[in-house]
Amino acid sequence: MTNAADLEFVSLTKRYGNTVAVDAISHHFKAGTYACLLGPSGCGKSSTLRMIAGHEEVSDGAIVLSGRDISHLPPARRGTAMMFQSYALFPHLNVRDNVAFSLRMAGQDKATRLARADEMLDLVEMTQYAERKPDQLSGGQQQRVALARALITRPQVLLLDEPLSALDPFLRVRMRTELKRLQRDLGISFIHVTHGQDEALALADEIIVMNDARIEQAGPAREVFNAPRSAFVARFMGGHNVLHLPQGRIALRSDVMSVTAPEAGRIDGRVTGIEYQGTHVALISVVAGDEEVTALLPEREFFQNPRELGEVIGLGWDDRAAHPISA
Amino acid sequence: MLRNRNLVGWLQAAPLATVLLGFLVAPIAMIVIVSFWGATEYSIYPAFQFDNYQFLFSSPVTYTVFFNTLKYAAITWAFTLVIGFTVAYFLAFEIRSLKWQIALFLLCTIPFWTSNIIRMISWIPFLGRNGIANSTLISWGVIDEPLEWLLFSDFSVILAFVHLYTLFMVVPIFNSMMRIDRSLIEAARDCGANGFQTLWNVIVPLCKPGIMIGTIFVTTLVMGDFITVRFMSGSQRANVGRLISNDISLLQYPSAAATAVVLLCTVLIVIAVLLRLVDIRKEL
Repeated sequence: MTNAADLEFVSLTKRYGNTVAVDAISHHFKAGTYACLLGPSGCGKSSTLRMIAGHEEVSDGAIVLSGRDISHLPPARRGTAMMFQSYALFPHLNVRDNVAFSLRMAGQDKATRLARADEMLDLVEMTQYAERKPDQLSGGQQQRVALARALITRPQVLLLDEPLSALDPFLRVRMRTELKRLQRDLGISFIHVTHGQDEALALADEIIVMNDARIEQAGPAREVFNAPRSAFVARFMGGHNVLHLPQGRIALRSDVMSVTAPEAGRIDGRVTGIEYQGTHVALISVVAGDEEVTALLPEREFFQNPRELGEVIGLGWDDRAAHPISA
Repeated sequence: MLRNRNLVGWLQAAPLATVLLGFLVAPIAMIVIVSFWGATEYSIYPAFQFDNYQFLFSSPVTYTVFFNTLKYAAITWAFTLVIGFTVAYFLAFEIRSLKWQIALFLLCTIPFWTSNIIRMISWIPFLGRNGIANSTLISWGVIDEPLEWLLFSDFSVILAFVHLYTLFMVVPIFNSMMRIDRSLIEAARDCGANGFQTLWNVIVPLCKPGIMIGTIFVTTLVMGDFITVRFMSGSQRANVGRLISNDISLLQYPSAAATAVVLLCTVLIVIAVLLRLVDIRKEL
C-alpha cells in the first residue's frame, strides 16, 4: 500500500567490503510523518540516511519513494533533500546565494531564484541576514539557512543528519520545537537521525530504533518507550530497568518502581547511589545477580522517607507495568 | 610594569627585526642608493643623478625586454595554473587514502632533489636539433625535417619555466583543497550540481587563496629569473634579469641597480594588483 510520498525500504543493505553496515532492513514510512532513526554510533542509521539521500551506494535492496524506485538516481532527482550535520553551507556565498544554490544549478534565472530564496528565508525567519556570510552567523542561524537551502527544492522527504548535535543544549531544545513546527506546516516527511533518545521522543511521530545494522523496534514514540521489545531498546530509550526474573526478562520503567521496607518488596536491593534530579530523586540499588536497578521517586516522597547509601531496601512494582522482553 | 612589558616585546621582536634589517632592508636600500650613482667605462662614483633611470626609460630595448618578461610570466602562469590545479585536484579529490596522497605528493617533489640548472640543461639533449624529440618524431613519420623551434626559442624557455615552477602552484592549491570540507561537495551534489558545476561553483572559489599564493610564487620567480632564459634560449632571448646580469658583467653596477629597482617596483605592482583581487590572509 504505497501512497503518494510514502517511503519504503525493501531489504535495504549496505556493505563496506566485508562489514555489513545496514543488514536487509525493511520499513514503510507514511507520508508526512516525523520519523527518527535512533541508535548508538555505528548502528547503521547514518548509512541508511545517506543511502536515502543518494550519497551512499545501495549494496542490495531498494528504496521506494512515491511508488518509484529511487535507489540509483542521483541525489537531486530523488525528491529528497539533505541537511548535513555541520550544515555544509558554502562559506564563499552569502545566505541568499546559499539558499538559491540549487536553483542556480538548475539554470533558473536570477530574479526567480532570488525571489524563491527570499521566500524560503522568510519561512525560517532569516530575511534580515540574507547578505551575511555563513561564518557571521550563530549555529542556530546557520541551521535555519541549511534548512532553507534544503527546502527550496520542494522535497517530499527532508533528511536530517544529527541536525541538533552542533548546538548548545539550550538552543537544541528551541530548534527542535521549530523543526517540529516546520514539519507540521509543510506536511512533508522528515527523517531525522539522532543518537539522543530525548530528542527522538520529543520530535518523532515514529521512532525506528536501530542496533547492529538492523531495526530493533519501530513504532510510535509512546509505544517504543512504554513497551520496549528487547533489553537493548529498554536500555537505550532510558528510564527503564531490565530485570531477570524466574519467569523471564522484564522491562520496568524506573518511575513505576516503589521503594519499601526489605520484607515488603518483591526483590531486595542495596542502595549504591542517590542522585538528586530536581523534580525526582534517582535511587540506584544493586539487586541479586549484580544488576543495577534505578527507582525514580518524586522528590517529596523521597525526602519524607530518606534512604542512606548501603541501606537494604525492597523494590516493588505493579505487574501491569512489567513488559516481558526478548534478550 | 607596563614599560617592562614593552621592553620584553621589543626584545622578542628584535632577532627577526635584525635579520630583516640586515638581509632585506639594507640590501634594498643599498641598491636604491647605487641606482643613483654614476659610472664610466672603468669606474663608478657616488652621486645623486637620474642618468641611469633616464637612459633606462628612453631606450626602446627596456620596453621590449619588460614586455618579454611579462609575457613569459603570463604564459608560464597560465600553464602552471592549469597543470598545477589538475595535479592538486587529482591528489586531493581522486586519491582517497592519506598514505597515497603523501606518497604521490612526495613523488612530485623528487625532481627537486637535483639543482634546477641540471633539470633545465637535461632538456637540451631532448629538444636539440638531433635530440630525442626530433629523432622520435622523424622515425614516426610525423615530420620530415627536425623542428627548429624546439630548442633555443620561447617554446623551450617557457617549457623549462613550467617544468621548474609548476610545483609552486601545486602545493598551495593542494593545501587549499585539503581544507575544503568534503560535505560541501556532497551538499553541492544534493543541490543538483554536476561535476563541472561543483568544480566551478564550489571548488575553484574555495581554492582562490591557494591559486593566488601560487600565482605570486610563479610570477615573482619567472620575473626575477635570468639563468633559465639564458640557457634555454641559447642567449637569443632576453628578459629583465638578463639585462641586469649583462650590466653586472660589464661592471655597470649603477645601471644594473636602476633596472633592479624598476623590476622590483613592477613585481610589487603586480602583486598589489593580485592581492586586491583575492584576500589571502585567511589562508595564512
